[in-house]
Amino acid sequence: MNSANVDAGGNSAWRSWLAEFQLQNAIVYLAFFAILLFFSVALRDRGFLTTGNLLNIIRQTAPVTVMAVGMTFTLSAGEIDLSIGSTVALSALVAAILLRDYGFLPGVAGGLMVGLVVGLINGLFTVKVRIPSFLVTLGSLGIVSGMARTLTDLQSVPVRHDAFITIFGGGLVGPLSTLVLWTVLAMVVGHLTLHNLRFGRHVLATGGERKTARYVGINTDRIRIAVLIISAITASLAGLLYAGRLAGARYTLGEADLLTVIAAVIIGGTSLFGGRGSAIGAVVGSIIMGMLNNGLILMGLDVAEQMIARGVIIILAVALSLREPQST
Amino acid sequence: MAEIKNSQPPLLEARSISKSFGGVQALSDVSLVLRHGEVLGLVGDNGAGKSTLIKCLSGVLAPDQGTILIDGREVQIDSPQRARAYGIETVYQGLALVDTLNVTENLFLNREKTSRIPILGRLGWLDKKGMEKDSLEVLDRLGIQIPSVRRDVVYLSGGQRQSIAIGRAIAWGRHIVFMDEPAAALGVEQAQHVVELIATLSRREVGVIFISHNMRHVLQVCTRVMVLLHGRKVAEVSAAEVSERDLVDLITGARGGNRQ
Repeated sequence: MNSANVDAGGNSAWRSWLAEFQLQNAIVYLAFFAILLFFSVALRDRGFLTTGNLLNIIRQTAPVTVMAVGMTFTLSAGEIDLSIGSTVALSALVAAILLRDYGFLPGVAGGLMVGLVVGLINGLFTVKVRIPSFLVTLGSLGIVSGMARTLTDLQSVPVRHDAFITIFGGGLVGPLSTLVLWTVLAMVVGHLTLHNLRFGRHVLATGGERKTARYVGINTDRIRIAVLIISAITASLAGLLYAGRLAGARYTLGEADLLTVIAAVIIGGTSLFGGRGSAIGAVVGSIIMGMLNNGLILMGLDVAEQMIARGVIIILAVALSLREPQST
Repeated sequence: MAEIKNSQPPLLEARSISKSFGGVQALSDVSLVLRHGEVLGLVGDNGAGKSTLIKCLSGVLAPDQGTILIDGREVQIDSPQRARAYGIETVYQGLALVDTLNVTENLFLNREKTSRIPILGRLGWLDKKGMEKDSLEVLDRLGIQIPSVRRDVVYLSGGQRQSIAIGRAIAWGRHIVFMDEPAAALGVEQAQHVVELIATLSRREVGVIFISHNMRHVLQVCTRVMVLLHGRKVAEVSAAEVSERDLVDLITGARGGNRQ
């Protein structure tokens, strides 16, 4: 036997962990604990480090978290989706209207259908018309956003459906908010799909080296369409979560989320250039963004100061996680 | 032994392949025969049509004219996937691996083993342990030394990367392997190892077409050598009967071969 190959491929979990360990992947966790520690000390008498506040952070970031998991697939495949923010609003409004007029199932299905359609159109234009997804989704961002505004003439639509609010918003399962469960679900499904299914492997290959992926027979067109559908559908789900938590839908929902989502995904160790992705990292990255929001508010910074502090911290975190490995 | 081989249809036969790009005739009327366990050298100057010929035979390009036969039967190889279905593998220069995937993931790219549990298998659940075990076996069998099969290939040296690309072709190429300058970017020792890998293929009755600019490698591993010049076949010689100097003369057109 070839001892070199066998040694490093030993079966113990420790060895496996060591072989796959890379500093880039760990930075998100270091950043997480650094920020947690900082706020815990700085805000020790203002209730930052309480179970209630920490769960509150997870609940508040749930829509961003779900979108971050979706965007992990898109970026991993070497694409990007700028239209998620407006898809959130349109999905929430469509869901709210259908809930009011037709009930639970049409509401949920209609909301998710918005994402399916937007994602499919984004994907088809990217692949078949060969327009970079950056430009296609920049266009659909405007189109979908305009549709969300005209749909109700800028009016918000209240949601009074109890079951919907329980499942997508303020409900509890045992001691846990359903929003925490959605977060965990997104993380588990996202991680397993990206790293344990053939589909995820092909997503990473398509983003890593599209030409090679095509040469070995992977249908890269299908993969690229699929990842744009995934990001759009997670945006729809985020729309439902907002509508449930706020008991209403409005065209402004999700408007400011795009950059938060991208920052969360990149901090989490996903490559902006495709080929590498981590769904767990994206979730942790999203919670980091939530902690920043929460902590900076509790520190009493005004809005302008919060924006500056958040910008600086994001640049630092991204600078650390973006460094591409040196090839030998 | 030679008689027995000759009585069965050749592994691969190409008849009168022609291909032009716009006004440029890249290949005109090129025919070739590849037998089981044979390594056919394909040499010629840059732009002579070597890579174009390989691409026509491996489904990357569609020839304008000509027919391809495998085991005596006419086949349509209209995509790389189709070529693979016939047991044909190709090692392209610089196009072989996905940098961000690890060694095992590259070896099994689009050939992933999935779980034997039916429901999980349908979902495409990866059998990572099984693939890793098989990778170690393949690398061992070929004598390819890699620090770890879990290492992303971006961290490996040029020689190691090329070994993996070739290892993949060898592991999956059941019948025919095309190699387009597999040793071009390698150091002397690594290039020698590649040549040895090619020799192991022919022992397994796989047919190999080997493109190289290194005449010493060509003569070392090939049984026959075909020379292309300006898209035409100008010579086909037995490797035992020519010197490196002869081949260079044929490639540059300084001397005509058994012109056909």
